[in-house]
Amino acid sequence: MLIPFFYRLRDGGMKTSITELLTLHEAMKSGLAGQSVDDFYLLARTALVKDEAHLDRFDRIFGAYFKGVDDSLADLMQDIPEEWLQRQAELSLSDEEKALIESMGGFEELMKALQERLDEQDERHEGGSKWIGTAGTSPFGAYGYNPEGVRIGQQGSRNRSAAKVWDKREYRNLDDSVELGTRNIKVALRRLRKFAREGAADQLDLSDTIDKTARNGGMLDIRMVPERHNAVKVLLCLDIGGSMDDHVRICEETFSAARSEFKHLEYFYFHNFIYENMWKDNRRRQAEKTPTHEITNKYASDYKLIFVGDATMSPYEIAYPGGSVEHWNEEPGAVWMKRLLKTYPKAIWLNPEPNTRWNYTPSVKLVRELMDDRMYPLTIAGLDDGIKSLR
Amino acid sequence: MADSRFTGTSSYIATDDLSMAVNAAVTLERPILIKGEPGTGKTQLAIEVAESLGKPLYEWHIKSTTKAQQGLYEYDAVARLRDSQLGDDKVHDISNYIMPGKIWEAFAAEEQPVLLIDEIDKADIEFPNDLLQELDRMEFYVYETKELISARHRPIIVITSNNEKELPDAFLRRCFFHYIKFPDQDTMAQIVDVHFPKLKKDLLSEALNAFYKVREVRGLKKKPSTSELLDWIKLLLAEDIPLEALRSENARSAIPPLYGALLKNEQDVHLFEQLVFLDRRTNPQ
Repeated sequence: MLIPFFYRLRDGGMKTSITELLTLHEAMKSGLAGQSVDDFYLLARTALVKDEAHLDRFDRIFGAYFKGVDDSLADLMQDIPEEWLQRQAELSLSDEEKALIESMGGFEELMKALQERLDEQDERHEGGSKWIGTAGTSPFGAYGYNPEGVRIGQQGSRNRSAAKVWDKREYRNLDDSVELGTRNIKVALRRLRKFAREGAADQLDLSDTIDKTARNGGMLDIRMVPERHNAVKVLLCLDIGGSMDDHVRICEETFSAARSEFKHLEYFYFHNFIYENMWKDNRRRQAEKTPTHEITNKYASDYKLIFVGDATMSPYEIAYPGGSVEHWNEEPGAVWMKRLLKTYPKAIWLNPEPNTRWNYTPSVKLVRELMDDRMYPLTIAGLDDGIKSLR
Repeated sequence: MADSRFTGTSSYIATDDLSMAVNAAVTLERPILIKGEPGTGKTQLAIEVAESLGKPLYEWHIKSTTKAQQGLYEYDAVARLRDSQLGDDKVHDISNYIMPGKIWEAFAAEEQPVLLIDEIDKADIEFPNDLLQELDRMEFYVYETKELISARHRPIIVITSNNEKELPDAFLRRCFFHYIKFPDQDTMAQIVDVHFPKLKKDLLSEALNAFYKVREVRGLKKKPSTSELLDWIKLLLAEDIPLEALRSENARSAIPPLYGALLKNEQDVHLFEQLVFLDRRTNPQ
């Protein structure tokens, strides 16, 4: 009976393996779960889930599977791409809101409306216009839920309420496994190396050992040194989505090369410009934001700051409060930018747009002024120049 | 197996899901991986499991320089080389220079032991991969002496991680997993209760309120956790702080007494003081 459940988990995007399924069977056979569903739930969770980020997803699938939620809903779930189903904002509905759903014709109707809307958005997206979501355009926003995700609490569920979270606007994470073409970038980044011997002496210093042993009249005198590490620390901020979609490849290559080149590399994503939050995972970007002041507080000023972005946007997005296309920002992006630059004096902006086009975009000019002209094109030559100014 | 079930001890509150995870690991003799915020009692768990099941405990604390091999055994080639120069007779037997590591010690134990591998994420990224076979089959081979060491009793292995590095999938598949959530106020009250049984109810609830308020301050580098709370309460008791000091009209604008026990670095203390100062200025009493 567990095999369909197992496949449901895998369909749900969890990397549960056969080994883990067999472990669960073994555990059930030895009577650990007893007769209680609660115990079975705990046992299945401890055996099948290996990452706390997946706990919620597991709960959802478990809830759906063992509650026997009706099939129309299950089909609906399969029609929606997996990444849309990632957990995003959590919004539990209050009793009044549940009553409101009822007044709209109940849960079924809502789901139907939601599916129609998803279809519609899909077409619109293929049509080529950008998904710059503004609160208020979503019909679901009108009902007063979070416009980006609707979470409907399932009644009578256990421990934590299993629920459906529907997500729409999503961007992919940059894939750092792209190896092709990264060699040149790696070579360019390599100039930023600063080797230092730090930590415990755990390597044999051969020449010094020979030298000291010879001086010691042939009696061994072992000399050790610490391993050499690249001591440079890099904070990488990547623009994602919107107009950056055209440059995904070069950004992936840069990211990939930087990941393998620096031991101390921290990266964050932003959309168009820096505001009070950045995030590490695009799929969970609504749920897991990192406040920018936390970043400046956490990473010391010896980090070198590299922005990667096309700096192409409306100038309002930089200069005015509330200018962000995604949310209401209390302070203009320029203020946040200045704060970052104050903390990290060594900073550059890499722009994938060719520099011949920079003069035609007012926002690029603004960003260059903010960066004291430390903007470089994202080409091998530009990277070389940029790295030089970082040293 | 009814006699060897773990349900927490007199000094350790284990939630239902945690006891289930531990019991599953004990019954099936698989390693259990424990994650959670620092200070939620991950390391303590192994100590308490060993105590409540009456088994010996072996602790292997991982550092950034620890290699997997060090848990199995180390061959001290330098000592042997030195002995050969000094003409020591020991030099002819290589086993004199094999130093058993913590895993070997646990494998060789007379009764089933508990082995704690603490903070596995501190080590190199390849570290867990190097231990796959050893944790799976509970045996390893000593090349120098050509002997196979296998566990006399499969140890109960408790592995803790602070999430500083991702662990490889192959490693995760061989473990049970449990994430210790930060305790809610009720569980926290129970935890404090087992540590300070005579604590007055009202002092406890005031202390907990102040504690959760500090945790809510945004931008702290290190949020105070259970262990810090326990230290702080110990200090409050030792200093005999009156209840009124914890309670204030506008709780947000008061710095809790002895807050040094809760905030562990100067930036956080600074940030906290600034926030309190700002708050006082905007809401004068």
